[in-house]
Amino acid sequence: MNSLKVIFDFDTWQEIFGSIAKNKTRTIITVVGVLWGIFIYITLSGAAKGLDNGFEREFEDMAMNSMFVWPQRTSVPYAGFKVGRSPRFTINNVEELKKQIPEIQYIAPRNARGVFGGSEPASVVYKEISRSYNIYGDFPEYTKISTKKIYKGGRFINEQDQKNQRKVCVIGERTQEELFAKEENPLGKYIRINNVFFQVIGVHKYLEGGGFETDGDIFIPFNTFRNLYNTGERVDWFTIAAFDDADVVAVEKNVKAVLKKIHMVAPEDDRALGSFNIGEVYNRISGFANGMTFLSLVVGLATIFAGVIGIGNILLISVKERTKELGVRRALGATPGEVRIQILLESVFLTLVAGIIGIILGAAVLAIINLTTQDLSNFPYTNPTVPIPLVIGALMVMVVLGTLIGLIPAQRAVSIKPIDALREE
Amino acid sequence: MGDSSLHVLKGIELQIDEGELVAIMGSSGSGKSTLLNILGMLDTADEGEYRLDKVLIKDLTETIAAKYRNLFLGFVFQSFNLINYKNALENVALPLYYQGLARKIRQQKALEYLDKVGLKEWATHLPSELSGGQKQRVAIARAMASQPKVLLADEPTGALDSKTSNEVMGLIQQINREGKTILVVTHELDIAHMCKRIITLKDGIIVEDQKVDQILVDTHVQ
Repeated sequence: MNSLKVIFDFDTWQEIFGSIAKNKTRTIITVVGVLWGIFIYITLSGAAKGLDNGFEREFEDMAMNSMFVWPQRTSVPYAGFKVGRSPRFTINNVEELKKQIPEIQYIAPRNARGVFGGSEPASVVYKEISRSYNIYGDFPEYTKISTKKIYKGGRFINEQDQKNQRKVCVIGERTQEELFAKEENPLGKYIRINNVFFQVIGVHKYLEGGGFETDGDIFIPFNTFRNLYNTGERVDWFTIAAFDDADVVAVEKNVKAVLKKIHMVAPEDDRALGSFNIGEVYNRISGFANGMTFLSLVVGLATIFAGVIGIGNILLISVKERTKELGVRRALGATPGEVRIQILLESVFLTLVAGIIGIILGAAVLAIINLTTQDLSNFPYTNPTVPIPLVIGALMVMVVLGTLIGLIPAQRAVSIKPIDALREE
Repeated sequence: MGDSSLHVLKGIELQIDEGELVAIMGSSGSGKSTLLNILGMLDTADEGEYRLDKVLIKDLTETIAAKYRNLFLGFVFQSFNLINYKNALENVALPLYYQGLARKIRQQKALEYLDKVGLKEWATHLPSELSGGQKQRVAIARAMASQPKVLLADEPTGALDSKTSNEVMGLIQQINREGKTILVVTHELDIAHMCKRIITLKDGIIVEDQKVDQILVDTHVQ
């Protein structure tokens, strides 16, 4: 008997539909078991994926393999220096770091006023309005590490601004709201920062989760900042992005080692330099999300398994109920193979139908969750999806399980001797 | 089920020729159903030989037994054994399905046989919508549809009243007249006398085997 031919035979399916439709209650109860399993699987793993996406969104404005490093105070005496000294980063460190650590893709030295304790924010004046804002001196490379969304028409600081020490600035969206009238376009306007006129070249959109930056920050070229505040070679901190394939944790270690050497800090002094590694934090959080995905996979598969066992169970009862019918079929010339494949296909068909309905319901629930959480920007939950390969994988698992579990009632059906079935009670 | 063995038949020697209409009689426990089951390849004998149309039926695998049943034998049961979720036409077409015939041909043949038993108009009715006599006629049509060599009827009238019993026996006689070999197991003497030969079993052996004058029933079936 050619079993492939049987599967694609219209008559086979008519036989199967006939016996499935015969007992609707049984069919529905059976289907619900598996449906529930796949539904839980899809909903859970979709939710886990949504959480994962949500975390990713929180970090989307930072390069995943980026880090900061800043000077603190030494805690170990070294090379004749006492403890409590604060190493001073300089602009020349950039070349040295790049030379010694090839994994570094970008370095953006930064200076700031108003961010850390001790420094005054800049006083900014436009027309009659005067306010104070944090101010940053930045290299154009900074956008490669921390994405800045600039509103339409504007731009971030570029090489020319830097080279010519242009007095240009990128302001925050809150700065724009507070200084400018609603219909006024700030681009091209001049604002006074510490009594020096700066032309506004862009407005950046504030993105949450970007560390200590706020929606009022003003960015100016690094070299302009240097002149404005007379900072000379000094750099407050470095923002560094490693290449995508580099291990940012190792890079962080190397960067600190190189900086310690340059600035005469004891190699074992852990307190002299502070650092923050986005990659590490991200890895920890995405590890959590991965754990959720794994959990949902295990729970989902276990539930599907339970559902499929339910199908096997009910088919077993149904085979017992249909002893007579199966006996008649055998007497009329059904071979054991034909009986077996009929019961097997019933099992697989029920499993598949249940699975597909469950997937559709799960997808619907995910869509509803997505709609209701769309406006919650502080809730890390975005676009809950289940990858198609996982869905297909789940379906395949169900077909395999449905076949395996169907083998038990199928074998029972085959073991029915026509004579036992037809013997009068 | 089946773990206690019992010797029911104790040596049967029997030849049935083509075109015969044989009644197998005996009280319950005489072994008549067992004999029919062996003839129907539903059961196997511990010893001895069974030849059907010169073919030795022995040590068949279930698959080959199924094929032989399908091609050589037609069954009629006391309780009709129609499949209750299939209509009359589908029931009659079922053995043809297992013969692997195309759908159209099955339907056409099934309708032809339903017509033969006078139930063409009832083709789309479920067994639950048919009377006992009609159900048995559908069962006979189903047994005939695969054009078997032998028709085996196990108490075909056991669940019917005498009027419908006569109708069913009339149908069986008619089929026999067309040349079909038929075995009827019964414990009713009047039914047995509608056959051409009566074999009486008792305690697993043949006690009587005689040709009789057939009582014809009115074959007009409505």
